[in-house]
This record gives sequence, structure tokens and C-alpha cells, in this order.
Amino acid sequence: MRVMVMVKATADSEAGKMPTEQLLSDMMAFNEQLVKAGIMLAGDGLHPSSKGKRVRFSGSKRTVIDGPFTETKELIAGYWIWQVHSMDEAIEWVKRCPNPMETVSEIEIRPFFEADDFGAEFTPELRAKEERLRAEAAALAR
Amino acid sequence: MTEPVNETHRAIEAVWRIESARLIGGLVRIVRDVGLAEDLAQDALVAALEQWPESGVPRNPGAWLMSTARRRAIDHFRHRGMADQKHEQLGREFDESQPDTAESLVGDMDDDISDDLLRLLFIACHPVLSIEARVALTLRLLGGLTTTEIARAFLVPEPTIAQRIVRAKRTLAEARVPYEVPRGADRAARITSVLGVIYLVFNEGYSATAGDDWMRPALCEDALRLGRILAGLAPDEAEVHGLVALMEIQASRSRARVGPGGEPILLMDQDRARWDRLLIGRGLTALARAEAIGGSLGPYALQAAIAACHARALRPEDTDWPRIVALYDALSELTPSPVIELNRAVAISMADGPAAGLDVVASLVDEPSLRGYHLLPAVRGDLLVKLGRLGEARSEFERAAFLTQNTRERHLLLERAAACQQS
Repeated sequence: MRVMVMVKATADSEAGKMPTEQLLSDMMAFNEQLVKAGIMLAGDGLHPSSKGKRVRFSGSKRTVIDGPFTETKELIAGYWIWQVHSMDEAIEWVKRCPNPMETVSEIEIRPFFEADDFGAEFTPELRAKEERLRAEAAALAR
Repeated sequence: MTEPVNETHRAIEAVWRIESARLIGGLVRIVRDVGLAEDLAQDALVAALEQWPESGVPRNPGAWLMSTARRRAIDHFRHRGMADQKHEQLGREFDESQPDTAESLVGDMDDDISDDLLRLLFIACHPVLSIEARVALTLRLLGGLTTTEIARAFLVPEPTIAQRIVRAKRTLAEARVPYEVPRGADRAARITSVLGVIYLVFNEGYSATAGDDWMRPALCEDALRLGRILAGLAPDEAEVHGLVALMEIQASRSRARVGPGGEPILLMDQDRARWDRLLIGRGLTALARAEAIGGSLGPYALQAAIAACHARALRPEDTDWPRIVALYDALSELTPSPVIELNRAVAISMADGPAAGLDVVASLVDEPSLRGYHLLPAVRGDLLVKLGRLGEARSEFERAAFLTQNTRERHLLLERAAACQQS
């Protein structure tokens, strides 16, 4: 199974405070372990939300909102994508992660949707449409 | 292993999956016997199952398991009254890791882990063992799978797998297989054996040879994980990256190659929007690493390069068939095989038309090793359809359906045969 592992933002990370050298080297060592264990598919750090934008949807209206955003605990500062055998395995790996922040912080683990999870709600028509969109996105990403 | 009954047991199972290979690898270094090392590791696991529900999971579970297993090893040799020399050696190994704190143990282990894992992988895939034994032992020792999981994955009764593993360990002990990373001329052959085992596991997951399921994705994931681990252990081996590239790119199609009813969908008919771009990206990166190491590409890297041609084509009509033909030419020269020749024929038919492909296929019809191979008539049937020779195509599809072991594939082939009749 695939999971996204999200490092939640803190006041410090939102203020753009860079991690200490010690934390950086600990994190690098942890990343190396993930790669060596063959579970890390991707991962990166994110700028504070002050450099982010949001697009709000209301009916047919689209409004662009500039960062920073206030609900710090709901923001993410970085993420990984892992391939693990179970949620328990993901938890064990997360426990081994160095504390990513100097203050109290959280890491959230969320399993990816597999196509089967959509069940009957996800009709073949919807599926086809979603796939077309993905193809276009992929084409643009190249 | 006990069924997990609560959170701690589930945590222990997860810890085992993460730690068992390193644990066993480290123990083999000390006791020089795979069977004994695994027993000691299992003992440590049992101790964890007894103690952790009470004491909680230790902060460094890997180090806990290792020091417990080492203590058991010392007990074992004391009871057996082993020669002083062996005893002394073991005592020394143990002293070197003093003080016995979690941190120092881990630091101590870290330098050796890569070598331990690599040696363990070479032992598990040793040519003295049968292919089936290599597969079972590799999944068990390196993949951290239980006997039950391996049996389920290969649709074999559990006692069969258990026996296979016991026999394999005995064979290794009797043959006195040295505990080492092979060097020189031997190394290439041994690496080939390891790669062969990993790719076999992958293929067993990717195109199940028997049973009702076209794919068993967990085996693909296990093989990919082993391949990625090996790429970290032996980063200078181009073919390791070649194999990883091949598996990543093939796995990227897994969502697209099965229809809603579980029926297989062939490459050219797949909805490419369902291909996994993340895995394709990883595959192309691995292929670039294999190419950057230099020298001519090996068989896995060549197959990966072919897979990459498909992965790069967003639409089937964008496929660079002439390049694929050239890669098959190289592959065919490197590892001549009727199966590769058959694939080359398909590529030629795409580059130069079905008649050109059919000519190559014709030269394979009398090939004894392809006599029971369902893809030969399947390909012939496909080319004959394109040439409008439907009657001949139909009997080829029927023949292919008769030969395949896979239920879903048989169904697909019979459908194609029926379609020839209707037209």
C-alpha cells in the first residue's frame, strides 16, 4: 500500500525558521534509511504558507487567496510518499523519524485511495473522465 | 508467528518486517549459520511478544531484538559446550559492542548492516539451492515474510514452503557455503542469480502463472522493495539499476492492465492515463543510473529501455518502434531466446507492418522450446487478424487458449477467437 506522510507545520516553520544543522543531518540519515529499506518513493519540504496561494471555489466563482494562512496546525511543511505493507509498518517508521520541529509537532499518515475504494460511487463514466484529465495533466507535466 | 491480537502485537509484526533482515544478517555474521541465526532471531521475536505487551515497545526496537538475540547466541554456545575458540570469538564480538546501550549498538551495527544484508542476499540466492528454495528463502530472510504469507502468495500449501525453507537451510549448512560477498569473476554470476530471483518474484506477482488472478500485487511490491534495497547495497552494478528500472516501469502499468471484470488488457489497449507517473519517473531515473555507469547495457537494462520507450509514449501511436526493434536486436544478440525473438517479431510488425512480423514468427513455429508457449499462437493470431486472414487467426487463438494456464487469459483468447468468426 502507499501512504502519504505529512509533517505538520508549526509557528516556527510558518515563520520560515530553518531547521538546525543537527536536525538536517538527522533527517538526512532518516531519509537514507527509508531509501535503503526500499520504501521511499518521493518526498520534499515545502515553503511556509506565506509563499502559498489558495483558490476558493463557490459555485462557478473562483477567488484567489494569498498566504500566509492562519490555521497553522492544518498546514503541512513537508511530505513523503512511502510504499509499505501496512499502516502499522508506516507507524513504526514514523516513530523512528527525528522530531521534525523544535516545538511539539505532528506527523500525519494517510493511505492513498486505490481505484477499488471508490466502489459504486465511482461510475465508469466518471472514471473515464477522471482518467482523461489525468492524462492531460501528465501531458502538461512533461 | 502468533496472530496479532492487539496493538502491541501489530506493532511487533511491523517491527519484525522492518528489522528481521538486518537482525538475521547481523546474527549470521556472528554464528555463521543461516538456520541458527534465524532461530535466534525468532527467539528474540518471541521474547518481544512476551515482554513488550507489559513493558511497552522499546524506544529502539531493533537494538533490543539484536541484543536479546546475541544473548541467546551466547547461551546457545554455552549449552552446546562449543570449542573455546568459537566461544571466545563470540565473546569478543559481544564486547566490541559495549556499552550495551541502544545508541551504541545501532551505531556499531550501522557500518556493517549493508555488508550483512548483501551477504545474506547472496547466501539466500546461492546457486547450490533450487530456484524455488532461493525464492522462498529470500522472501523469508530479506523480505521479512512469514511462511504463511509466502505460501499464500505462491498458492502453495504452507507445509510445502516450510519444508522448502528447512531443506534450503540444511543444504546451505551441508555445502558449507561461505559467508561472504563474492568478488572477481564469481561476483557477476552471483549477482545474476540474485537478480533472477528478484525478477521471478516480481513476475509471479505481475503475471500470475496459475490461478484466477491475473496479478498478485503484493509480490510485485515485495520484489520492488528488494530491488531498491539491492540498488542501495550495490550501487555500482548497472544491471541492478536496470532491473529496478524494468520493475518500476512495469509496475507503473499495473492499474491499467486489468479491466473492471479482472480481465487482462494488453499494452497497446491500455488507458495510459492510468499508468503511474511516479513509478515511471522512478523507472526512468533508475535506467539513467544504469546507463551512466557505462559499458554496454545488460539484459535487464535493455528490457527496461524497451519498457521506457512505451512509458515515454503518451499515446500508442507515439511509440518509437524502430528504437524498440533496435533494442530487441541488441537483447537478442546478448541473450538469444525464442521468446525474445517473438517479442522482436511483434516490434518489427509495428515498425514495418504485420507481414514483416509474421515472417519472423514463421521462423519460430518449429522451435521446440515454444511448443507449449501460448503467446506464440496468440501473436500469430494477432498478426493474421491485421492481415485480414481471420480463419487462420481463429484457430491460432483457440490454440493459444488451450495452452495458457491462466483462466482470465484463456477467456480473453477465446473471445478473440469468437470475434474472428463473427467478422
